[in-house]
Order: sequence, then C-alpha cells, then structure tokens
Amino acid sequence: MNADLVRGLALVSYFLAAVAFLVFLLRESESARRGATVLVAAGFAVQTVFLILGTLEVGQLPVFNLSQALGFSGWALVGVYLLVSTRFRLPVLGVCVTPLAAVLVFVSALSRSRPAQVTPIFQGLWLSAHLVTAFIGYGFLALSFLAGVLYLLQEREIKAKRTGGVYRRLPSLGTLDALNHTSLTLGFALISAGIVTGAVYAQVTLGSYWRWDPKEVWAFITWLVYAGLIHQRVTVGWRGRRAAIMSIVGFAVLCFTFLGVSHLLTGYHSFANLERLEMK
Amino acid sequence: MNILLVGLNHVTAPVELREQLALDRSDPAELYRRLRGPDGGSESVILSTCNRVEVLLATPAEPAAAVEAVKTLLADQSGVAAQDLAPLLYAHEGREAVRHVFRVASSLDSMVLGEPQILGQVKDAYRQAVSLRASGVITNKLLHKSFSVAKRVRSETGVASHAVSVGYAAVELTRKIFGRLEGLEVLLIGAGEMAESAAEHLLRHHASRIVVANRTLPRAMDLARRFQGRAAHLDELPALLITADVVISSTGSEQVVITSDVVKAVLKPRRHRPLFFVDIAVPRDVDPEVNGLSNVYLYDIDDLAGVVAANRAARADESIRAERIVEEETLKFMAWLETLAVAPTIIDLKNKAEEIRTAELKRTLARMGPLSEQQVETLEVLTRSLMQKIIHDPILFIKHAGHRDRKDQYLELARKLFNLDREDDPGPNRKR
Repeated sequence: MNADLVRGLALVSYFLAAVAFLVFLLRESESARRGATVLVAAGFAVQTVFLILGTLEVGQLPVFNLSQALGFSGWALVGVYLLVSTRFRLPVLGVCVTPLAAVLVFVSALSRSRPAQVTPIFQGLWLSAHLVTAFIGYGFLALSFLAGVLYLLQEREIKAKRTGGVYRRLPSLGTLDALNHTSLTLGFALISAGIVTGAVYAQVTLGSYWRWDPKEVWAFITWLVYAGLIHQRVTVGWRGRRAAIMSIVGFAVLCFTFLGVSHLLTGYHSFANLERLEMK
Repeated sequence: MNILLVGLNHVTAPVELREQLALDRSDPAELYRRLRGPDGGSESVILSTCNRVEVLLATPAEPAAAVEAVKTLLADQSGVAAQDLAPLLYAHEGREAVRHVFRVASSLDSMVLGEPQILGQVKDAYRQAVSLRASGVITNKLLHKSFSVAKRVRSETGVASHAVSVGYAAVELTRKIFGRLEGLEVLLIGAGEMAESAAEHLLRHHASRIVVANRTLPRAMDLARRFQGRAAHLDELPALLITADVVISSTGSEQVVITSDVVKAVLKPRRHRPLFFVDIAVPRDVDPEVNGLSNVYLYDIDDLAGVVAANRAARADESIRAERIVEEETLKFMAWLETLAVAPTIIDLKNKAEEIRTAELKRTLARMGPLSEQQVETLEVLTRSLMQKIIHDPILFIKHAGHRDRKDQYLELARKLFNLDREDDPGPNRKR
C-alpha cells in the first residue's frame, strides 16, 4: 500500500475529528463528541499502520528527520490522549489535541515520507527504545501543559465569578490538576527513560554515553525543571495554579529542546547533522 | 378519537384552590370510572401535583361535551362551584393537548423551569392510570412518547442543567473546584435556613463529613446532631480550617469572622489543598481578600445570587430549543394519530380482497382437477399479484386521506366504495 496515502488518510481523520470537536465545543452536541472520538481513534489506528509499514520497509521506526519527528510526535500525542481519556472523561482536551495532531501530521506530510537511504547509524533496538520513550514522554508532558493552560483559564473564570460558557465547558479544577499530576509523573518517567536509552544508544554507536552536545544539555535542563516540579509537588504539596504554571514553563523548555536547539544551536543531535554522523 | 386536556396549574389558579382540587385524596378508581364515559370508550390519565391538576382524555365523544363533562367532574370532586372553577381551567384539544402533555413532562410548564420532579410525577400518574385500566392505545402511546420527549429535552438542551437555587449553585461550584464531592469535609459556621440548605445539598451529593461550629457549643451540638456531624466551638476556627474543604459561613456577626491572615496561615498546613468559602452572611463573615489567595475561592451571597440569575436566564434561552423539540415531536405524534384513524379501513380492505382471492382460487382449483404443485403455485402467485395491484392505489388513497382536512368523508367514501361495512354483502363468504 502507498505509505503517503495511508498517512493522508490519518491526516483527514484527525482533521475531521478536529472539526467535530469544534462543533462539540460550540454546540455542546453529544453526537459530535462521539463522532470525534471515533474519528480520532480511527486516525490513530491508520497512523499506527503507517508507522508499521514504514518500519517494515526500512527495518527501523521511520523517524530520521524533523518532519518525520513531528509526525511521530503527533502520533504519540494522540496515543497518549486516547490512553488518558480512558481514565479522565475530558472531551475538551480532544478539542486541543486533534487540531495539533492534524497540524503536526500535515507538516510532516509536506516532505517525503522516508529518506533516500538509511545510514547504518539509524539501526538497532536502542534507537527505537530512545525514540518511543522520549516521544511518548513528550506526549504526556504536552498533555500536562494543556491541563495547565486549561486550569489557569478555568481558575480565572471561577475567581472572577463568571459562570458562563467557558466555565461550563471546561472541566473542574480538581480534574485538571489530577490530569496535570498524572501526565507529569508518567511523562517525567518516560523522558528519563528516553535520556537513559539515548545515552546507551550513543555509547553503542558513537562510543560515549554523553558528549555535552547542546541537545543533550537542554534535555538535561528540561529534565531538571520537571524534576524540580515533581519534587515540589511531593514535598511541599504544590498544586493548582503554581503546578499549572510550572508545567507550562517546563513544556516551553521542552519545545525549545525539541525544536529550538535543532535550529538555533549546532550539534550532532540536530536533524540537519544527524545524517552526516559517522560511526566510530 | 379526540384528544382533550382539561386542567389548571400554578399560573391559572391560586394555591388554596389547587389544594382543594388536589385529587389525590379522592378515590381514583371512581374518578377513572366516571371519566370512562357512558359507553366506556374513553381513555384517561389524571395528573395531580401541588402545582397542577390535569385530566387527559382520549374520547370518541364530541369534544365540547366531553370538556363540559370533565369540568363538572372536577367541580364535583373539589366542592368548588362550577362557575367559580370555570375561569381557572384551560382546555386543550388535539394538537394543543398533545403539545401540552409534552411540555408538562419536559418541565417546560413548571413553576421552576426544568425542575426534575415533574417527570416522575407524570410517570406515577400514568402508572396509576394503567393499573386501573383507564389508559388505552392513544394515551399509552402519548404518555410513553412524553417520557422520551422529556429525555430528549433533558439531554439535548440545557433546560435542566443549570442550578437555579443557592444550595444547588454551591454544589455546582464545589464540583467545579474539586471535581468530586466524595471525601470532602464541610464546615458550617453559624446557622440559618440558606446555609443549612446549602450544607444539606452538599451532603446529599456525597460530601463525606460535616463539622458545625458556633459561638455557643450547645447550638452547634443541636445542628451537628441533625446533620450527623461533629460540633465545635468557633474559637477552634484556625484548626478547623486546616481540615475543611468547603466552608459555609452564616453568622450574625457584625465583624469579619474569617480574616485573610487566618486563611493565609492555614495554607501551608493544608498543603495547598483548595479551600472554598461560601459566605451567606450579611454583613459578610469572610474577608473578601481571601479570594485573591492561591487555591482559595470565595463566593458571597451576591455572587451566588448572580450565578443563580445567570442560570435562570440560561435556562430560559435553552427553553427555545426545547420548545422546538416539543413542536417536532407533537407533529410526529399527530401524524401517527392520523395513520391510526385510517388503519382499520386499510386492514378491512386487505382482508376483503384476500377473502375473495382465496375463495375464488379454491373454487377454481376444485374445477381444474389434478394439478402439479408448481401449477398450483403459479395460480397462487397470479391471483395474489392481481389482488395487490388492484388494491394498491385505493390503499394509497386511504393513507393520504389521513392527512386531509375532511378525512372522515374520504374514509366514508372508501368504505362505501368497497362495501366494507355492509352486512347484506353479495360477495362470496363474507363473514361480517
């Protein structure tokens, strides 16, 4: 099957899901919500097929350049959302997640779906482990970011005694804080695993665990920010507003690590230089 | 059959009169027996609540006469003179009556728009009518339909989804802050009808514990016993604020009872758990500044009144959508009712044609001598398709008659044309 066609199908599903969620948001229509849920699940299934096809073709998760990484992060985000929505009934989150996923997959679809040739450096189980843990971790941290934003919005409504449409549509502060906490914990555990597997992978392929490359430095900074937040939550009982703000800050740092470092700073981890790496 | 509805409600009649009319004290079996009419052909359902008394009737009788009969019945039952009662009663007929039943069940005709009790009351009334065998094909369908209309209105519009009392508004806000009420501790400071009602609402929605604090311990103990909670003296306030989640305050104090400093001091020992103050007292008990503290929320009586007013307005807005649903379902029901009127004629016509067909076929087969199974089958098919083709257009004509103004005339014509009612039928083997 044509891989681009499969990806296009996933993109269309996400797009339609986003539209359905928008209808749900505006009209509070239950059938729109149900339709959106089905569409986003279908899109996820199709994109999973796309990734499996790609993996079978090149013997490795097809994540070699920035655009593929964006598509993959869209997949991780939707997957994490679907996972979380089995525990928290939060359609409003779908309203945020689906357009984002649609945009990510769209951007990744603008370029070719796979590199002309696969250098030997992109081989091995450790790389897959690195990619999967790190990206699913990003997905969870993105959710905790969204939960933080929604928390601040809802808190502002409640404090200002506005009980209108925004107040009614947003979930309770308690739920948002719980979601923030859950996804933060899981996301942190996964990016920790991502850093460890990445280090092992670097040792296997490049001969050293850690090279203080800008991406690695920033990944470490991101990790420290989240570690600090979790520490405060557990020991001092930080929650609500402060936790929400911190998860927003943490995610901003994460985005910089993911996108900014690759473009603004140079290092072997940046996508442009990845393919030029030589094995030791 | 004509559908009629006669009754009065909180708009048309004062409460004293509604009390007098409340039919729950009289013998329902006797009432239903009288409503059944002289020939026993009428279906009826009586709805009697504190806000309305209504009689729904599906009767073959002349509408005007039937309405008069129900009015007399209501006057008899209540002991109110008929001429005093008459101006308070409304009578709806046909589509208006159907719409009214749907509106009542959907709580669009209630004193508090969208209140949930009415549907249960309609269901109870219907159950009673069924158990006394007073309802029938039309009223059964109408009442069942009204339940599903009410469900649609509830799920598709916000008519019932906004709190319109201070107690409920407090519950809703608590839910929006904490997510769930299970496990929460309510602290009630002082006493007063509205504060107690708010506390009651919270407990009914599964708040876990209540502590009652008062300046005088015996009063606190009284209230605590009523709520099955713990009593405390107001001096313990700082300690009480550490464990509480929702604080309802309603003291007669002239000064602020809960200062911003007291609240600030408990934030850390509370480990920043959210704290929700509901200040019902006038003058206020809680320093307004606490609303500015992190994870602390304060609503005073004016804020709650504002929420309730906004919710009432929102319900009224939603009722426009609800009315549209009612209108839609009323039209559907009327369409069903019309098919009900023409159905017997169609069945009679089909039966007559089938009787002729089988009788003629039997005679022919007897004359033709031995035939193969296949040949018999062929004759069966031939006669059946002949019959069906011939009666197809008349059936369409009858079906459409249901939607015409003078449907009785059309039906009469059809019955005459095919001789569906005559005993001196010259046709073969007519049984009727």
